[in-house]
Amino acid sequence: MLSVLANDLPALQVVVPLVSAPLCLILARWPRIVWLLCLAASWTSLAIAIELLDQVLSGGTISYAMGGWAAPWGIEYRIDAVNAYVILIVTGIASVVMPYANQSVAKEIPADRVPLFYALLMLCLTGLLGMTITGDAFNVFVFLEISSLSMYGLISMGRDRRALTSAFQYLVMGTIGGTFILVGIGFLYVVTGTLNMADLAMRLPEVTQLRTLHTGFAFLVVGIGLKLAMFPLHLWLPNAYAYAPSTATAFIAATATKVAVYALLRFVFTVIGPVIAYQDLPFGEIAKVLAVLGLVTGSFVAIFQENVKRMLAYSSVAQIGYILLGIGLATVMGLTASMLHLFNHALIKGALFMAVGCLFYRTRSVRLDDLRGIGRKMPWSFGAFVIAGLSLIGVPLTAGFVSKWYLVQASLEVGQWPLAVLVLGGSLLAIIYIWRVVEIAWFGSPSTRAAEATEAPLGLLIPTWILVLANLYFGTHTGLTVGVANLAARTLAEGLR
Amino acid sequence: MLHHTVLRVVAKLLVPVILLFAFYVQFHGDYSPGGGFQAGVIFAAGIILYALIFGLDDTMQAVPPGVLKILSASGVLLYAGVGIETLLLGGNYLDYDFLAHEPTHGQHLGIFLVELGVGVTVASTMLLLYYAFAGREQGQ
Repeated sequence: MLSVLANDLPALQVVVPLVSAPLCLILARWPRIVWLLCLAASWTSLAIAIELLDQVLSGGTISYAMGGWAAPWGIEYRIDAVNAYVILIVTGIASVVMPYANQSVAKEIPADRVPLFYALLMLCLTGLLGMTITGDAFNVFVFLEISSLSMYGLISMGRDRRALTSAFQYLVMGTIGGTFILVGIGFLYVVTGTLNMADLAMRLPEVTQLRTLHTGFAFLVVGIGLKLAMFPLHLWLPNAYAYAPSTATAFIAATATKVAVYALLRFVFTVIGPVIAYQDLPFGEIAKVLAVLGLVTGSFVAIFQENVKRMLAYSSVAQIGYILLGIGLATVMGLTASMLHLFNHALIKGALFMAVGCLFYRTRSVRLDDLRGIGRKMPWSFGAFVIAGLSLIGVPLTAGFVSKWYLVQASLEVGQWPLAVLVLGGSLLAIIYIWRVVEIAWFGSPSTRAAEATEAPLGLLIPTWILVLANLYFGTHTGLTVGVANLAARTLAEGLR
Repeated sequence: MLHHTVLRVVAKLLVPVILLFAFYVQFHGDYSPGGGFQAGVIFAAGIILYALIFGLDDTMQAVPPGVLKILSASGVLLYAGVGIETLLLGGNYLDYDFLAHEPTHGQHLGIFLVELGVGVTVASTMLLLYYAFAGREQGQ
């Protein structure tokens, strides 16, 4: 039976989480089985992702015709080094978050909604994987909507009533973003008559000077920019991350914006082509300016947050700036740095939000005041936060260092040393906001909530520490990440020369 | 409610016809305009008409929300299941050719089952949405 399915891995990558979502509803009476099912589904997805990456690295691009309809007419799943790498990030994070979910969700979500929560989580995974794996521009929009709609639901399940307003805010912004993307794809369809990405890439060079194409590209960049929280379109993000349940925050923060970045890369480099984007249109300059603004303001605002999750959310806006900066540079080195930071930032933010989730599990609060002195009460949870924080800052031997090192090199390579200075400046700001938490949580006298707290259960600590150790591992063993990121960057940059 | 004799009589006449028409749109969708989504909407509209005239409680007794939740999930499962079946039979995902001995029959069967899944999910989801909004004032 397995050999029958061997050629269908691209379809199964999306179908496995897709099927498990409705099963969650049917099995709703047995929450434990629902959780085990989701765990099995996410681990299966990870296994498929590893196998796909392996196949891509050894055999080149994989193409899969949905429903047996050949490529330009039917929906094609097309996997090269770029999306195999992003799929690995998404499924990897899902596989670590899912064991964590069991206890965290049981504590934070009302019992009758737990199966719904898991169903939404699986749908969200389905959407993100589908967006990444598909080679069809319209299909990207469909999966984007699947992931977005389930994310609104996930965020609104937070216990804090503000979760509802922040989910609604995200819904409004996200729908505008989705509509812009749809309009952009519509423009591309109008000028070429095709929706297949590879086919679009072949036909677009004939119509490079058309105003319609330029307008469509602008719509796409703004729409995807909203989804990836590109400054100044990031306003939905801080509240959404801050008030969502811990599990949802950890999963969404580590994957959703990454997939949006992937969609941007795909449209800029594969579909539209770098010649139009960077030479005919000023995409590079815009990306660089917005990256720097996001980097500086995100880090600055993070310093003044009283809510730790909100602080990390603003830090995410800044980190998106780093990723965007590499894209703006439009060199192989810059793209490598961006692809690397996609991976490393997923590890960092996943670990940080999971560590904060551990603290929240005991203290029921993520306000700095309430976390006073928590470090000595929950040394393992807070230790995880500190090490992941060091990685966020970019201290050597951590994953964060590797991607920032490449980003600085990429800036120097094109002679733009002010950008390198800004990258380092962003790290200094990160030191300030991470240190602020460390100072209060470690050296402050315990608050009433912290005094009662005990160490978080192993079910939360083990997954958190797996991500923390991954931060250290990938900070010292860069073979896999840099190798694949570089290959992905070169795949994207084929059109650069 | 008991005073609206005209409404009740008309609704009683119309509801079965609407439901029947929904089935027609569903199962004749292969040959004429229609399909799962439209059929599901028409079916749900019939039940919602019943709920508007005869009240939410009676409707929830006839079409319980618990069953609807299961149905809404089973529709998706049916759709995805057809795809998995084609995988197991050696084709690509949702390649209906492999469902029967002859590709044409396979396509027939495939589109029939998939549209049935769409119809079931759309009808039950619409009703669930209606229940959620209509039941709010009663403090549910």
